[in-house]
Amino acid sequence: MDMVAAIFKRQIKDTCKNKTIFIQFVMFPVLTLIMNKAVKIDGMPDNFFVNLFATMYVGMAPLTSMAAVIAEEKEKNTLRVLRMSNVKPQEYLLGIGSSIWLVCMLGAAVICAAGSYGLREELAFMAIMAVGNFASLLLGAAIGIWSKTQMMATSITVPVMMVFAFLPMLSMFNATIAKMGKITYSVQIGSMLERIDTLHLGPDNMGIVAANVVVFTALFLIAYRKCGLE
Amino acid sequence: MSHAIITRKLSHSFAGKQVLNNISFEVQTGEIFGLLGPSGAGKTTLIKLLTGQLRQTDGDAELLGTDTRKLGAPEHRQIGTMMDNFGLYERLSVYDNLLFYADICHVPRGRVTEILKGIRLYESRKTAVSKLSKGMKNRLSLARALMNDAKVLFLDEPTSGLDPATTREIHAILAEQRQKGTTIFLTTHNMFEAESLCDHVALLNGGSIVEYGEPAALCRKYNYLNKLRVTLKDGEVVLLENGSDSAPQIKEYLEQERIAAIHSTEPTLETVFVELTGRGLD
Ligand SMILES: Nc1ncnc2c1ncn2[C@@H]1O[C@H](COP(=O)(O)OP(=O)(O)O)[C@@H](O)[C@H]1O
Ligand SMILES: [Mg+2]
Repeated sequence: MDMVAAIFKRQIKDTCKNKTIFIQFVMFPVLTLIMNKAVKIDGMPDNFFVNLFATMYVGMAPLTSMAAVIAEEKEKNTLRVLRMSNVKPQEYLLGIGSSIWLVCMLGAAVICAAGSYGLREELAFMAIMAVGNFASLLLGAAIGIWSKTQMMATSITVPVMMVFAFLPMLSMFNATIAKMGKITYSVQIGSMLERIDTLHLGPDNMGIVAANVVVFTALFLIAYRKCGLE
Repeated sequence: MSHAIITRKLSHSFAGKQVLNNISFEVQTGEIFGLLGPSGAGKTTLIKLLTGQLRQTDGDAELLGTDTRKLGAPEHRQIGTMMDNFGLYERLSVYDNLLFYADICHVPRGRVTEILKGIRLYESRKTAVSKLSKGMKNRLSLARALMNDAKVLFLDEPTSGLDPATTREIHAILAEQRQKGTTIFLTTHNMFEAESLCDHVALLNGGSIVEYGEPAALCRKYNYLNKLRVTLKDGEVVLLENGSDSAPQIKEYLEQERIAAIHSTEPTLETVFVELTGRGLD
């Protein structure tokens, strides 16, 4: 457990100093705060920007940062040093994953605070984001493990992240996209957030998110079998 | 155990390209062993094989009595490796880097300050690694490799590109480690380093070991390379074989009263290397 704690602490420090990663955790929360205050359109649903940015955030930040961190450690050989220092793969992944997940949740908390929610809704919001961030993280880990370099990770994460981050927004404008987008966790997270006041989550919401998690876990295992942490 | 490292007919190729060829040598416990060779000779590849980062395509190698293909946690606990900026986190400070490895290696955190003072980086402890000079990075990298009190140290060109002062500092640290009984395997293309520091050296060229022995013994063995260096009064320098064949030439210079100075040049590892391979080290 001490290995996990050491890796967790180191990753927190590194995330704060890594501008390209840190910006992801700042950009959406700040955008939400600003847009929520600045833009008021008649007929706009409650918490419109909160839902929109929270959904984009969940499709983007955990996925890209997890992939980038793992790929960088592979490329720069720091991961190899850890393996040679007897850090087990699960210890490494748990340390990195929990650290990025926590930072993701801090960002989510800021987005949540920007909305006008009661305590019950806030708790539901954070719970939904916790699941969404986890799913996103899992996919990011699969990509990071698959990639040999940061460049390779970026070339995979950019299109993947576009799909998950923008489908929820595009679904608002186009019925066909909406139909197809339904199978992604990010669209489901968005739809849960929209109906957060009723706290009535359909089985389809949770089912699809769970199915996404299963698929991402499978991808993760395939990547891990194929490449390990080497 | 008298040998920390043993290799037998160790060979390695990358995608069919032979990089190491039938390498056999032994490194005694507690000695400093120098692997000398020009760039591209296969030095880094050999370190990677010995530390289990690569698997040889042929032959055998043992580290601390274990087949290098089967190195596990117990062996890794006993080795320290320094190559490039191996294992340093560029964005983190010097202190945070060592603190992290102290945690990973179960070294008391209190020792980090001590280590930092030992490598004279205490003043720069808050500096990000990316902002350090090459010499500072090398010292930090060495400190990281020393963190787990390794029995065997692998150092890939620990002093290449460093100024003489930093090089001396690193040599002092290595000498201290040797005093403590640590076995050191280092690669270098600096002959002076090898002559002054190493108990044994192996000369690696094009993937094969072309010579092995104590530095002084090698120089003696190639004593026939001993030359006479004649400096003439007009500034010209002439190198002559140290033998009777050169007598007429020297007699002629003497008669013409052209000689300003005559010296004999002892062979250095450098000249031995050039003799064996037909090329220099840089
Ligand atoms: N991963 C690799 N794939 C293919 N060739 C490699 C690889 N690593 C090293 N080589 C080749 O092996 C030879 C020896 O390299 P190296 O061990 O790095 O030499 P040195 O450290 O002595 O400079 C070089 O010709 C190099 O191009
Ligand atoms: Mg090299």
